[in-house]
Amino acid sequence: MELNNKLTVSASPHVKSAETTTGIMLDVIIALIPAGIASIFVFGIRALAIILTSVIACVLIEYLSRKVMKRDQTVGDLSAVVTGLLLAYNLPASIPLWEVVFGAVVAIVVVKQMFGGIGCNFVNPALLARIVMMSAFPAKMSAGAFVATNVTGWDVDGATGATPMGLISLADGIKDGAPTLMQMFVGTTSGCIGEVSALALILGGVYLIIRKVISPIIPCVYVGTVALIMLIAFGDVNAMAYEVLGGGLMIGAIFMATDYTTSPITKNGKIIYALCCGLLTCLIRLFGSLPEGVSFSIIIMNILVPHIENATKPTIFGTVKEKKNKEEAK
Amino acid sequence: MAEKKTLGQEFSKGLIKENPVLRLVLGTCPTLAVSTSIENAIGMGIAATIVLICSNIVISALRKVIPNKVRIPCYIVVIAAFVTIVQLLVKAFAPALDTALGIYLPLIVVNCIILGRAEGFANKNGVIASAVDGVGMGVGFTIALTLMAAIREFFGSGNLTLKVLGYGTTLQDIFGLGETDVLTAIGLEPILIFILAPGGFFTFGLLMACANKLAEKAGKPKAELKGCEGCPMAATCSIKLDGKECAE
Repeated sequence: MELNNKLTVSASPHVKSAETTTGIMLDVIIALIPAGIASIFVFGIRALAIILTSVIACVLIEYLSRKVMKRDQTVGDLSAVVTGLLLAYNLPASIPLWEVVFGAVVAIVVVKQMFGGIGCNFVNPALLARIVMMSAFPAKMSAGAFVATNVTGWDVDGATGATPMGLISLADGIKDGAPTLMQMFVGTTSGCIGEVSALALILGGVYLIIRKVISPIIPCVYVGTVALIMLIAFGDVNAMAYEVLGGGLMIGAIFMATDYTTSPITKNGKIIYALCCGLLTCLIRLFGSLPEGVSFSIIIMNILVPHIENATKPTIFGTVKEKKNKEEAK
Repeated sequence: MAEKKTLGQEFSKGLIKENPVLRLVLGTCPTLAVSTSIENAIGMGIAATIVLICSNIVISALRKVIPNKVRIPCYIVVIAAFVTIVQLLVKAFAPALDTALGIYLPLIVVNCIILGRAEGFANKNGVIASAVDGVGMGVGFTIALTLMAAIREFFGSGNLTLKVLGYGTTLQDIFGLGETDVLTAIGLEPILIFILAPGGFFTFGLLMACANKLAEKAGKPKAELKGCEGCPMAATCSIKLDGKECAE
């Protein structure tokens, strides 16, 4: 009897790591902080207001929807904070705050909780919310809305035009008035509040890779694919660097495409997924009617993840591949 | 359908319990397409209800005459005749509605609700019961459509056209806003996606969830695409389901 009390009978796995969802989410939040600071420098207090609104709305809505659906409370795992941050980083600085709340409702209620909560969402909640907001408020989410207005203490000559992605095309190359590569690397340019500073995003990405929260495969292959295709398309290193640094590619490749739930777990799957993300992004940027295609390409690939995983299923340990069996039979 | 129901029950089942759109999940195509304004929704609802009542009566009256093997073409001929009548009437007396509904008015011919009720009810029940069933289902369809249209129109364009066949007013006129919509007037703006197709699906899903919840409280099973009940092909279909999911 006494022995029974000491033994825990449970199904495998029996070896558990100290890693928790909360810990991983905390790492992601830390990695997102540099981009947040950069956004406040570039867009001013308005960016802070959007970030706070989005995070608070996401957390509250997560709490309420778990309560209404009578499910275990998962608001403590901080995933709603990450969703809130990513949603805010994908919005223009001029967006009205109630529209941010609408986006948070779409992300948490429609995309996340209605499909079963954390780990069950079929696409990235923040990205789908952004796309829904693009069709819900086209005027507020179009190119003109991304202009940086409230800039403090920075050299911001490049920050008064359209979004950088609107200033490059296959026919004309980089147009007049486009920001310099240095401006785009540091982030003093127009765009969504979290996507402007490639430097801050790469810092966060490096932190995540060092902490082993994300594997470097997806971001590297994604950015690499875009760089290669753009180099071939433009035949110009400057234009390639412009395409890599501009738009949502960095935040998409580092923080959105690497979401555990909506990216493949196998190594080959990750490579295929990131390659296709890069290919779609380039197709939309070069030939589509929208200037930017990162969000759509990641969403499309999110939906295809189950098929990629099926196609790249590794062989079970100890078994032989079917093909080899046939050869042996011969 | 085995147990006998009173006429009152035949009527009221179409409203919530067996609401054709929200519970039987029939006729979703016109539902999503025309529920962008209340005026269109009510117009569509009335047109479909008239066709449904008439076709139910005629099919029920002819149920012993129509040969079993060719009954679907026969039903379609009856339904198409009534749709043509309704379409000509609408064209003559409410041309604006005809323009607004466009192709969806003649498409009532293939509306699953009408064929579904012909196959599922009218060919097994008497004329009066079928007529009452038609009224109930028609009203249920109109209510669901109007509810969806109200949500989509209010959030999507910030206005409500409280009109039936061209008579009535709009929410903008009630508040005397002129060209400004209600949402803009209170400092917000219309959420365009609600009148686009994705918004239609979102609203439809949310309303179905609510109808499921209401029915669950009343002790009814959830609306799921299981079993043959409500499937217009049930009688001709060779697959007999026992609560399993239909592959067709």
